[in-house]
Amino acid sequence: GCGNGQQAASTRPLNDLYDFPPAGNVSLLHITDHHGQLLPIYFREPSINLGVAEMNGRVPHIVGARMLEHFGVSHPSPASHAYSYLDFTALSQEYGPVGGYAQLATLVKRMRDQRPGALLLDGGDSWGGGSGTGLWTNAQDMVDAQLRLGVDICTGHWEFTFGADRVMQVIENDYAGRIDFLGQNVRDRDWEEPVFKPYTIREINGVNVAVIGQAFPYTPIANPQWMFPDWSFGIRHDDMQRTVNEARAEGAEIVVVLSHNGMDVDIKLAQITRGIDVILGGHTHDAVPAPMEVRDPDGNVCLVANGGSNGKFLGVMDLDFRNGRIQGYQYRLLPIFANLIDADPEMASYIDNMRNQTVTYDGQTFNMAERLSEELAVTEDLLYRRGNFNGTFDQLICDALMEQIDAEIAFSPGFRWGTSVLPGSPITFEHVMDQTGLTYPAVTRNGMTGEMIKFILEDIGDNLFNADPFYQQGGDMVRIGGLTYSMDPTQTIGNRISDLALNGEPLQADKEYIVAGWASIAEEPPGDTGRKIWDVVSDYLQDHQTISIREVNTPRLRGVDGNAGLSL
Amino acid sequence: MSSIRVRAQLRDGVTNVRALISHPMETGQRRDNSGNVVEAHYITEVVAEMGSRHIMTANWGPAISRNPYLSFEFEGANTGETLKLSWVDNKGEQDSTEVRIG
Amino acid sequence: STVLASARDAFQAESVSDALRVAMGSANHSSGNLVVRAPELAENGAVVPISVESDLAGVSDVAILAAAANHPLTSSYKLSPGTKANISTRIKMGQTSEIVAVAKVDGQLYSASQEVRVTVGGCGG
Ligand SMILES: [Mn+2]
Ligand SMILES: [Mn+2]
Repeated sequence: GCGNGQQAASTRPLNDLYDFPPAGNVSLLHITDHHGQLLPIYFREPSINLGVAEMNGRVPHIVGARMLEHFGVSHPSPASHAYSYLDFTALSQEYGPVGGYAQLATLVKRMRDQRPGALLLDGGDSWGGGSGTGLWTNAQDMVDAQLRLGVDICTGHWEFTFGADRVMQVIENDYAGRIDFLGQNVRDRDWEEPVFKPYTIREINGVNVAVIGQAFPYTPIANPQWMFPDWSFGIRHDDMQRTVNEARAEGAEIVVVLSHNGMDVDIKLAQITRGIDVILGGHTHDAVPAPMEVRDPDGNVCLVANGGSNGKFLGVMDLDFRNGRIQGYQYRLLPIFANLIDADPEMASYIDNMRNQTVTYDGQTFNMAERLSEELAVTEDLLYRRGNFNGTFDQLICDALMEQIDAEIAFSPGFRWGTSVLPGSPITFEHVMDQTGLTYPAVTRNGMTGEMIKFILEDIGDNLFNADPFYQQGGDMVRIGGLTYSMDPTQTIGNRISDLALNGEPLQADKEYIVAGWASIAEEPPGDTGRKIWDVVSDYLQDHQTISIREVNTPRLRGVDGNAGLSL
Repeated sequence: MSSIRVRAQLRDGVTNVRALISHPMETGQRRDNSGNVVEAHYITEVVAEMGSRHIMTANWGPAISRNPYLSFEFEGANTGETLKLSWVDNKGEQDSTEVRIG
Repeated sequence: STVLASARDAFQAESVSDALRVAMGSANHSSGNLVVRAPELAENGAVVPISVESDLAGVSDVAILAAAANHPLTSSYKLSPGTKANISTRIKMGQTSEIVAVAKVDGQLYSASQEVRVTVGGCGG
């Protein structure tokens, strides 16, 4: 495939990107939030990622030029393209696609060769949300890829949306003896006993390293609880402290948390918990070039990193552990430019064969690669999702919902996965599945009063902008079609949303409006139309053939002037 | 079969007791599928004793969840001794069970 | 306010103060000396796990209240000597509320609180 890198190499010195000689004696390789992306893709980082309260102006709530300046990254450069949205289309054309598990495999091998004993940690959301082959193979696509890559330890979030039985089946069979699935914060609902192993201790070059797993604390709130009815989650920071103490008592010299909390939660956890050296985090998909040095209550430093998403990065952390303490560290969040790294032949052929399988899903039998390659329309504009409010692909989904389901208003979830499509490109069924592929795809149509709509927006707004990160769920604001509004993220629940209007008319509290949506977390979603979101979006694309996103429906923002999470 | 499932574990001189009780814990506010109010039916009191020694009494209102959970800890027991747990509800129904401390 | 008569009457009280006066004999409490543990966000408002723990010796009474509820007292506990102030239960919550735990030692009341948000859910990264 894509190993020559000629186009990029001719314009910029890229190969030294991967020239990262090891230092120290304990190395950790970190991947997270692949969302089932096995092939190279495009993924635009956010131009809006607002921080409120103490998070205002703090990493990861700095975007664009200010973020690059903060980390000393020049622009344009491969690094600025990987970490920011700036000149996204032009630089995508110049540097080519990012990610790809075969390219990742090559880079992992290289890093491991240089760093004997390095552990490969997978922070969860490896299985789709956001993948056709994930959905159709029941995540076997990623399970086999993780095993081939040599993942040592993982934790989870979207993994749970394949159901408790499937998760346990993989852990007890595929992963058994090869990958440790850890989660200190998951308990059975009856007796509150641990469901998963909380931590493991591995010896790396004579140093005992404990890795504690932290699954996404709000999985039963953000995703369908009925799929794992016997499991309770939560941050459980007291139990985290107990687990750290237990690991230390057992001889751990370095304590690492492999976390799916999201970065703001990880920072607070590091501030209040004694004895964590490193948190390798995910969930919020923040592509953070350097870890944050957070002081614990005893004044010791905990390094908090976050590894981006969709397969764009490999995090490499080298620790120099001598005389009973970490004397120093180095870290890179290495971007994976598919054109610069030779695909690992074994992984590439695995992916190719896997995608070429014939599967049966929902009563239809088809070849996955064929089905995914179907071109449904052409886009004139860049399509992307990531950001606090509607991206262009979200706008497309909202437009599709309103038109196909005959609704005045559309709600689309603020997921942080979903790949980007460059202007002038065909929109394939794979792109649609990247944005919509999940295990609860029902499209709904319901009457909702203005009052109810306001209540829901306030509730979701608080999950995103609560001043205390422990009360945040780590997604983005629900994407909205039709309805316009103003928002002040710095306010409290009940006071953030105002000026709700439909077609220029103020929303009436007691009037009922028709609202289309998808990804209801209810077992029997109210107003289920019997249609699936990817079919609705595909039908819309085929009806229109050419897509241009004239206007993206984002709220008028208040209270965030000068906020570094807002592009200048 | 008893409505109470209970585990009592002695460690470092402290007995940890965890109990799950099967009970509807109806608040008296809920309506059933036909729209009729379901009458209040909830445990009001749970008592833990060892012989004549009183350990703990829980006074519960209707806000305690369905199939309630209760855990507590006490000192001064030995392995093999028996703890008795009993409940009574607002309708006067009751049940009890005994558990050997392990 | 009316002086209420029996322990059961505390469940009828419509404020934290009234409930504490009846259940614990006083509404004056100072913060500290105990912790209340609850999820920041409730997974299911019908089953919210709450734990109260204190290192204080000689705690005779513990109360757990949901401040925003019409009747805030959820439960109270009489502890005999030797029983530790370490109680866990699960409560129903119809709405976001501050959870207040109170422990009584020699007539003194100590308290701790934490907000539990009851949310619609369905979002995520
Ligand atoms: Mn994710
Ligand atoms: Mn996640």
